[in-house]
Amino acid sequence: MIDAMISEIGFVFLLSLFAMGAAGSLCFKKRDTLANGWQNFFAIIGSLWGIIFSIGAFFVTRGISFAATSSVFPLLSFSFHIDKLSAFFIFVISLITLFCSIYGIGYIKHFYKKYNIGALGFFYHLFIAGMLMVVTASNGLFFLVAWEIMAIASYFLVVYDHNDNDTVKAGSLYLIMTYAGTSCIILSLLLLYAYTGSFDFAAITSSVALIPVSVKNAIFVLSLIGFGAKAGIIPFHIWLPAAHPAAPSHVSALMSGVMIKTGIYMMIRMFMDILEPAPLWWGLTVLIIGSVSALLGVLYALTEHDIKKLLAYHSIENIGIILLGLGSAMVFASVGNTPLALFGLGAALFHTVNHAVFKSLLFLSAGSIINQTHTRNMEEYGGLIKYMPLTAFFFLIGSMAISALPPFNGFFSEWMTFQVLLQGILSAEIVVKSIFVLATGALALTGGLALACFVKAFGVTFLARPRNSDVPRARESSWPLRAGMGALATVCLLFGIFSGYLAPLLARTGASSFLASANTAPSAASALLAPNGFGSVSGPVFFILFVFILLCVIAAAKYIVNKKQKINIGATWDCGANLTPRTEITATGFARSIVCIFSGILKPSLQHEIQYHDAHTRYVPKSRIVNLRMRDVYQSYFYVPLIQFITALSLRIKAIQSGNINMYVLYIFIAVVTALFLS
Amino acid sequence: MTIFFWIIQLIATPALSPLCIGIIKKIKAKFQNRQGASIVQPYKDIWKLMHKDEVISPDASWIFRSAPYIIFTTTIIVGLSIPLFASFLKNALTGDLLVVAYTFALGTFFLALAGMDTGSAFGGFGSSREATISALAEGGLILSFFAVSVIIGTTNLFTISRAGILLSTSFFLPAMLAFIGFFIILLAETGRFPFDNPATHLELTMIHEAMILEYSGKKLALIEWAAANKFFIFAALGVNLFFPYGIAQSASMGALFIGVAALLIKILGICCIVALIESSMAKLRFFRLPDLLIISFILSAVAIGLSQTL
Repeated sequence: MIDAMISEIGFVFLLSLFAMGAAGSLCFKKRDTLANGWQNFFAIIGSLWGIIFSIGAFFVTRGISFAATSSVFPLLSFSFHIDKLSAFFIFVISLITLFCSIYGIGYIKHFYKKYNIGALGFFYHLFIAGMLMVVTASNGLFFLVAWEIMAIASYFLVVYDHNDNDTVKAGSLYLIMTYAGTSCIILSLLLLYAYTGSFDFAAITSSVALIPVSVKNAIFVLSLIGFGAKAGIIPFHIWLPAAHPAAPSHVSALMSGVMIKTGIYMMIRMFMDILEPAPLWWGLTVLIIGSVSALLGVLYALTEHDIKKLLAYHSIENIGIILLGLGSAMVFASVGNTPLALFGLGAALFHTVNHAVFKSLLFLSAGSIINQTHTRNMEEYGGLIKYMPLTAFFFLIGSMAISALPPFNGFFSEWMTFQVLLQGILSAEIVVKSIFVLATGALALTGGLALACFVKAFGVTFLARPRNSDVPRARESSWPLRAGMGALATVCLLFGIFSGYLAPLLARTGASSFLASANTAPSAASALLAPNGFGSVSGPVFFILFVFILLCVIAAAKYIVNKKQKINIGATWDCGANLTPRTEITATGFARSIVCIFSGILKPSLQHEIQYHDAHTRYVPKSRIVNLRMRDVYQSYFYVPLIQFITALSLRIKAIQSGNINMYVLYIFIAVVTALFLS
Repeated sequence: MTIFFWIIQLIATPALSPLCIGIIKKIKAKFQNRQGASIVQPYKDIWKLMHKDEVISPDASWIFRSAPYIIFTTTIIVGLSIPLFASFLKNALTGDLLVVAYTFALGTFFLALAGMDTGSAFGGFGSSREATISALAEGGLILSFFAVSVIIGTTNLFTISRAGILLSTSFFLPAMLAFIGFFIILLAETGRFPFDNPATHLELTMIHEAMILEYSGKKLALIEWAAANKFFIFAALGVNLFFPYGIAQSASMGALFIGVAALLIKILGICCIVALIESSMAKLRFFRLPDLLIISFILSAVAIGLSQTL
């Protein structure tokens, strides 16, 4: 029975649930409530089955393979292969989809009458099904089809709020970057086909030795750019802070939490499975890219005061941290140190699922705030903890998890990443060693800056007094929203506490899939163990110790020492001036000192515009406008020259575009003749 | 028996930490040709504050009310997780240097939030400065720890202090560089000169004092006590990781006695150095502080570069 379910039938059933959801949403598009109920019901059922199926598939040792070929397109075969790695990603997708769909039941309501709810459901389901196919496809062409379904469905979700001009613009940017990335992926797959004669991943893997080294390196660079653009590595990340905020919040949560991870999935698949054995410099390159993405991601996040953009930049940071784990795994795999490679991969995968959980929690809470305040600008929030206490609490847990504070899950995956980097520092080669030292430094700095950024985000949003008259009208969100967020917050804590059992399990993902036998993988225990006896940390003990000591301290302070103490309520000391929202610190002000310290990277510019009552003498200013801007380094040094080059090239090519139809017929004729001669 | 040692370890940090602050204040007073308060004055201050009523701003939320308890708890947990007088106690559950670094970060997180919670401009700027300083300090802290753990081959603090004295081996140079890096972080994280002035409430100089400006009564007592704990822990970490002279390697009476005595003398030494620095140099301008923190970062990175495994 179980065998029958955890097989191709189970997976096809999973896909058909999402197909039903998609089709049904379109059928009921005229009736908002029904369309909402239908799409979220099928998404919840589908993701529940996805979780069960993926856990089952994870423990099936042989993996599940099946294919449906058609004679019409001989190269395209709908072939799936579900090994431990795919099962893990199905689990992540299903887990986040489950909570986002519960949240969606309540969240979608504010789109009623304004937008087409059926279309939202259709693309939502198509998007999830696309992601599920991406992580299971085992044929290059079919993979591209799935990749495109995912990309196009997510594009339509991004531009869902299409009455807003910025949203449409963000969508176009997203589409352009996606296709730029996809073209690199197509090239790399074609190169693979050219040398191995197959699009099938298993066939390519077995004949990878036929590929010359230079071509292999080219494939590496192309797929790093292609999948990196989807994952959001710097400098191919510019679509991410534009597109993620534009989408509806539960879709942002899915995109930021899950979709960008498909890039990570394919990187693992390509670099550690298909193209194995990889040279040392691949891993080092990934490490450097990871360090840069982590550090720059968090720095740009600090400068943001749009709450969803801030979260989007943190996705870039966390992708960087995941790449640090993956890069070290690649380095260790290339020097043949399998236990450390497995540990590094475990760190990367554990951070992948952790980031998916806390980032979607943060996006959902942000959506809940935006729903009430109707703005994404953090400078207009303030004091929301009194009006939305539960949302505030969930956002706090998400902030603590993403800042890697124990006992939440983010800490444990960062701990693993630190440990694997430390193992890299021990290596004898000076180049490798120094890159690992830099990566460690980058990760340590990133952790500190992320903490500062989330103190800013939480403090400015929820604490002190409202900065806007709309804020006191905010109410706590409805129950589906609270349920979705609350469940994710619980998962944050549980994954932290049970990290000792989860992380070794994930480290074994590579063990039986492609790297080596399972006995070199770390074993599960209540404490998380670093390789080579380097260290250990126990999630449950820390949690119990923390709660126990906290309760003791509170009890002692409240009930033993001075029971007669009175607590008076008195206004904040105001230095004799009246306290207004303008006397509170702003998000910009909070981050100002860090921006100044990193001015070499962030390039802030300050402009004063002062108007005087007395224009000649300039003693009495009437009004003063201060403009604080950041210049994007990658924008001015990477994209602007690139765009200029493309424009110049296009102008040259325009010469052959005469507009005369006879000319074009001539071109076609020449092309046909050339093709005939060449063949 | 082991339980007994753990209880001593649990109590040691909060019991001894106010004394450190008292000693530093006394030494500073002597430098200024003053008599100064008694070295047990910090205990009396905490006792006094514990018995006062509190004033809480109507703008403050539960973050402000619960932060002192959380901050104090984090210092107690860290006090349990580090070697104090005995390295034969093994804490493989929380005695990891990254746990120590991030547990302190947990305290910093709530302290900075509490500073923003009352909505005063002081608190907000204090939080902003604290977040800035601790963000930069974290890199130096972790790298200086890593320099030691690369040499000894573990991130467990008890094992590091058990492994022996780095300064008398061929690792003198990296260990010394890492210690200097660590010491800079100690000054930054505990709010000492040249980073912060623990004695004033002037808005130009203050970081820690600005965040806790709105606290009173018991909560202020807890926060001040936690700050003292943090100083004690950093001092103990510094002496026990880099100079583990005399730390008890076994549970014998003599070894324990030497261990406790050595800890007290070494921490007294750190207190003297801190007091000396505070009496002899001026506080640095805020935007000069990153330079100092980055020096610490680079020193530790160089220390890692110079070190190899045992």
